Amino acid sequence: MSNIKKFLYLNRKAPYGSIYALESLEVVLIGAAFDQQVSLAFIDDGVFQLAKGQDTKSLGVKNFSPTFRALGDYGVTKLYVEQESLSERGLTAADLMPITYEDENDGFAEKPSINVVSRSELAGIMREQDVILSF
Amino acid sequence: MTTLHMVNKSPFEKNAMQSALGHALKGDAVLLFEDGVYGALKGTTVASELGRIAGEVKVYVLGPDLTARGLGGDGRIADSVTVVDYNGFVDLVTTHQRTQAWL
Repeated sequence: MSNIKKFLYLNRKAPYGSIYALESLEVVLIGAAFDQQVSLAFIDDGVFQLAKGQDTKSLGVKNFSPTFRALGDYGVTKLYVEQESLSERGLTAADLMPITYEDENDGFAEKPSINVVSRSELAGIMREQDVILSF
Repeated sequence: MTTLHMVNKSPFEKNAMQSALGHALKGDAVLLFEDGVYGALKGTTVASELGRIAGEVKVYVLGPDLTARGLGGDGRIADSVTVVDYNGFVDLVTTHQRTQAWL
């Protein structure tokens, strides 16, 4: 019997206006040390966390968006982004930062981590999980 | 006797911007800052709210909060919205009789 569970981190908050987005990323990085099957989902204002070109210098807070690019090294290679949430906000996949991982089962080929999925597809992904952590 | 209405919440999460725009009178100004800047984006489901009051109420957005969120590039903001910096923020506060925060 396997002890590996499927964890989904569900991100629904914009970055910087509140602490949720940063805290979620911290928990993902900590949780990644426990060899579980981890994926992330970005819906509603959570999609803004992945907007490319973030620059917080004039705010005096940490720009944590580059940290998403390190997730692949922790074995977190699936970032689901909901298409409907992008569209409602006038965004497309091209407005998101490129995030990739090296597939160790495919000669370490670099592959995209971001998967844009529909609302109904994401509902199905949620149903496959053992644990969903909401931020 | 005009008012500066200040909105710092995303219009996709809270209805603060919609309510501020609904209560702003002719000559008032609305400043979108922090997560409120998302309300200034083009092509969203709430962008039409800005067009409805254009001409009566001036809408401003704080540039540094746009830049922090990766939205500082050209063409991201609705045409009726004006970008201001921190000095512009202070000017808005001093040129209106009062500020009203829509938390």
